[in-house]
Amino acid sequence: MLPKLPRDNLLELCRRMFVIRHFEESLVPLHDKGVFGGHYHLYIGQEATGVPAISCLRSDDYLFTTHRNHGHLLARGAEPKRLLAEILGRADGLNKGKGGSFHSVAPTLGFLHSSGVVAGIIPLSTGTAYASKALKNGRLTVCLFGDGSLEEGAAPEAFNLASLNKLPVLFLCENNGKYGAGRAVAAGQSSSMAAYPLTDLPKAYKIPAQLIDGIDAGLVHATVSEAVEKIRRGEGPQFIEAQTVRWPGSETNWPSVPHPTDSSLAWDVSGVQEKAREWYRSCDPLLVFARELVEANQATKDDLASMERQVKTEIAAAVEFAVASPYPKPEEAERNFFA
Amino acid sequence: MRELAYYEAKFEALDEIMAADQRVHLINGTFLSLSPHRHVFQNLAKKYGDRMMSPPISELGFCGLATGAAMAGLRPIVDLSTGSFIYEAWPQVANEAANAYSMSGGQTRVPVVFHLFHGLRGGGAAQHSGSPQAMLWNCPGLEIAIPSSPRDVKGLLKTAVASDNPTIFVDHVRLLDLRGEVPENDKPIPFGVADIKRAGSDVTLIATSHTVQVCLKAAEKLAKEGIEVEVVDPRTLVPFDLATILSSVEKTRRVVIADETHQSCGVAAEIAARIAETGFDKLKTRIRRVSTLDVPVPYSPPLEAHIGPSESRIIDAVRASVA
Repeated sequence: MLPKLPRDNLLELCRRMFVIRHFEESLVPLHDKGVFGGHYHLYIGQEATGVPAISCLRSDDYLFTTHRNHGHLLARGAEPKRLLAEILGRADGLNKGKGGSFHSVAPTLGFLHSSGVVAGIIPLSTGTAYASKALKNGRLTVCLFGDGSLEEGAAPEAFNLASLNKLPVLFLCENNGKYGAGRAVAAGQSSSMAAYPLTDLPKAYKIPAQLIDGIDAGLVHATVSEAVEKIRRGEGPQFIEAQTVRWPGSETNWPSVPHPTDSSLAWDVSGVQEKAREWYRSCDPLLVFARELVEANQATKDDLASMERQVKTEIAAAVEFAVASPYPKPEEAERNFFA
Repeated sequence: MRELAYYEAKFEALDEIMAADQRVHLINGTFLSLSPHRHVFQNLAKKYGDRMMSPPISELGFCGLATGAAMAGLRPIVDLSTGSFIYEAWPQVANEAANAYSMSGGQTRVPVVFHLFHGLRGGGAAQHSGSPQAMLWNCPGLEIAIPSSPRDVKGLLKTAVASDNPTIFVDHVRLLDLRGEVPENDKPIPFGVADIKRAGSDVTLIATSHTVQVCLKAAEKLAKEGIEVEVVDPRTLVPFDLATILSSVEKTRRVVIADETHQSCGVAAEIAARIAETGFDKLKTRIRRVSTLDVPVPYSPPLEAHIGPSESRIIDAVRASVA
């Protein structure tokens, strides 16, 4: 379902989902051509979780994210060209090339630190929440992590700290392995986590936890809005698990795009290779959202096609900017690691 | 001049720091380990209880909490108590706190202090006698302060809390009752400034933490044999004041380094390497190390005493260097 929001807001959510999708798809050929070398993780398939969830926040709230951070930063309004420059290790990158894909941050948007250690941010998020409570500034922290993060001991330690101290933090677990196609391919989810369903873990620490469909933008928006309200009222931490179905392009070690996204796929997936067709037909949150907008008469197919064209132009310009951006000077490696 | 016990100077610093800056919060512990002086912490708790947190036994969790709180504008001081417990928090200290500033391209500051008691304490055995400062020195992005006197603990603690970088504050329980001069209204001691604890012309004896005090006693005994030892205390490992050490070496031309970290890749090893690289031509004899032997710390008292940088081992090394 669509979030209960005015039309302009709905279209903006849609635009940001397009930005994420086309940004992420643009990375694959850049990597394959050797324009950047490091490993990278794409947010494709999770757009309807991050975009509506992040739209529920105040501009001064804190967010923590992991190695799969591109979508979160873009959902919050980070400039695609500077994020892309960071991923390419360039001087114009968000972190001046010192962080890369895993560690992109944007402190002005509330992203202070992105960790490539899957549960690294969970204790940190209790810290910003502790500071907000001490400073009485009403700022909330959202901690965005994947299901694998719960396997590290940092997660339960942080849940205990957050619950005991009623800290203003939302733990938003994005489980992109709805059918167990995550880390343990072709195995059940419980193959790597004895606490299953995953919400059992926060519940053991008396943190209210719920499981939702992360493909349903309306449900994500309603659930996150309600959780955020409770946290702002001083009720302590909340946990949401949003389930999505893993994008077939990330089934291999290095991402590959099974079919370039185009909003027309929302109504016709016959051109998609058979192996990936079902995902694009029923599990692609962006295409679900596009269909819902048209069905609810909030946009026409032409509106969406025109919006997508503009986004593609913006991403093409971002690629041009990032590729043209210079590398940092080698001596910079020896500088600026102390404040 | 006014004289204070080490623990009194340390708590005078904590009191002044907390009074001056509302952003300072104390996370975990009493900053006294198992010392009997609990009343001083209680006095502090009465005044600043609303800025103290007593977390569960979750070193990884609360070191992360303190690091995150520092990112968001507080200045937390975390007491890990026994130094070896920082191993439980390694991912947050070495992989998050140490890297955040660099990784963010200089945008995210992490003004957190991790306080710990390192070293041989008498019966601590292998899991409560660790000296993790050598491993942490191998982790760029952390400042490391290591006081050896009442005046230094006060002045260095103030600088540690004022620093915008994550700082490891390495303390030693065997220093807590040491008495020494601490001037009223003393200034904070800047990082990266070594202190000549005793002047001498024959051998440069470099030491840190409690071993500085052992070296001072050894120096008095050696003076009776006519060997004048210069005891140099770097006071901070990061930043490191090599210049003061080299000028002492220029004078004495002999170096002994005494330190409680294990010998391999230890603090003495790194200091020896730096002197050898930049001051080899000044040396008249080889550099000698008196470190903790490379074995897990044994419990039994004579065994523990055997492996540490004892006065007798230090004296032997100094004698050998002038022989």
